Amino acid sequence: MSTKILLSLICLWPLAALAEAGCELRGTGDLGVVVERASGSLEFIETTHDRLRGRVEGLGDLSHASVVYSRDGRYAYVFGRDGGLTQVDLLCRRVVKRVMQAGNSIGGAISQDGRLVAVSNYEPGGVRIFDARTLDPVAEIPAEYAPGRRSKTVGLVDAPGNRFVFSLWDAGEIWVADMGDPAHPRVRRFKGIGKQPYDGLITPDGRYYIAGLFGEDGMALLDLWNLDAGVRRILPHYGRGEQRLPVYKMPHLEGWAVAGRRAFVPAVGHHEVLVVDTDDWSLAGRIPVYGQPVFVMARPDGRQVWVNFAFPDNDTVQVIDTRDMRIVKTLKPGRAVLHMEFEPRGEAVWLSVRDRDLIQVYDTATLGLVKELPARKPSGIFLTDRAARTGL
Amino acid sequence: MRPCVRSGMAFAAILGFTLTVQAAGPSPERQRYLDDLLHEDCGACHGMTLKGGLGPALLPQRLRRYPRAFLRATILQGRPGTPMPPWRPFLSDADVDWILDRLLGVMKP
Repeated sequence: MSTKILLSLICLWPLAALAEAGCELRGTGDLGVVVERASGSLEFIETTHDRLRGRVEGLGDLSHASVVYSRDGRYAYVFGRDGGLTQVDLLCRRVVKRVMQAGNSIGGAISQDGRLVAVSNYEPGGVRIFDARTLDPVAEIPAEYAPGRRSKTVGLVDAPGNRFVFSLWDAGEIWVADMGDPAHPRVRRFKGIGKQPYDGLITPDGRYYIAGLFGEDGMALLDLWNLDAGVRRILPHYGRGEQRLPVYKMPHLEGWAVAGRRAFVPAVGHHEVLVVDTDDWSLAGRIPVYGQPVFVMARPDGRQVWVNFAFPDNDTVQVIDTRDMRIVKTLKPGRAVLHMEFEPRGEAVWLSVRDRDLIQVYDTATLGLVKELPARKPSGIFLTDRAARTGL
Repeated sequence: MRPCVRSGMAFAAILGFTLTVQAAGPSPERQRYLDDLLHEDCGACHGMTLKGGLGPALLPQRLRRYPRAFLRATILQGRPGTPMPPWRPFLSDADVDWILDRLLGVMKP
């Protein structure tokens, strides 16, 4: 073997090792995944050219599945309804590791330092915490609110200070878990926050945790900068004495559509988006919309809010201009629009249209359809810029 | 005699009609719609595989503990005090029978 060949082999070896079979050497900033709920698969997407990049299968029951990203944006952690936690590599487009960690789960979060992944479980009720690199179990927080009684946990988010915050559906409590010593979480309980918290969110700055209540009017707010002040009720008079419509799909509180000092939230049991003044958490207005909202998502610059709806109105999406709170567009993408995800700088938004087996991309300036891509019963869409955002 | 025959024929016709409707049930297209509804929309709370979510599991071994009339009323009227909504606006009696047969394992999916 000539010296030249030997030298070039030595030079090329690290590159070859990096680019393992099927893996790519590129950034992940324009990548993401779409959950295909019925077939237990993920579709990889790329937003620079609005295209599909292939699929990974065998992720189990992905109904209501959600995804968080490692801090480097390379790995997706997929939380399946069946209790499966799967780590997927976006560059190699394959499953790295998969564990069945519970019988019935609902969502998860990754810690501020990126080292811990937490999963919220219905059965057995509580939160389990894993090493983000190995998926080895690190700790368990059973949601035992009374002797022998465990609650389903919902609304699990990460919070600054390496904490996880979540709510107890059966108990009406919010728990804050400090992960300073990962193997021994220190939990602080807030009781009597209201009946049936069904979901929770954290404001983008990481300061406020808010739980939506199904069993009564209003929302529960916890100031994470001042835990001693406890939980207080906001929007207390909202809906009181009014006829509430039957709810065929619970709204989601993921993300917090904020524009200036206004936040936009889905009303429960009403065809309205609520506008909340974030200075004093009072109700600043109501915007009548087409149906009962499920997701209320702000374009990253806060100029627009996009809303999708519960059954039987889930064929429609409406766009609100936040300057004057008017609906500027009503779109009809097709039956079962399940999720909307903005590209990081907001120039486009991706929609999943389950019953048409389609992903659609809209230009948010013209509000026109720019691309349709095939997918199998698509639901959640998750782009990698979530890696750098608290609560997502 | 003639009125008696006539009413007998009418009765037979009605009976025959009812039996036909029951035997036929929802059309194949409607069945596909109901199947989607069951797994996707009921599944939003009860889990896509109906093993439970925020709402309880809808598996045969659990549901068989309840009278069919109670299950029918739950689907059509909802359960006040719980998040279960009434599905009457979207379902006919034949639809509910089809769904109950499916849920109770009378009919294989």
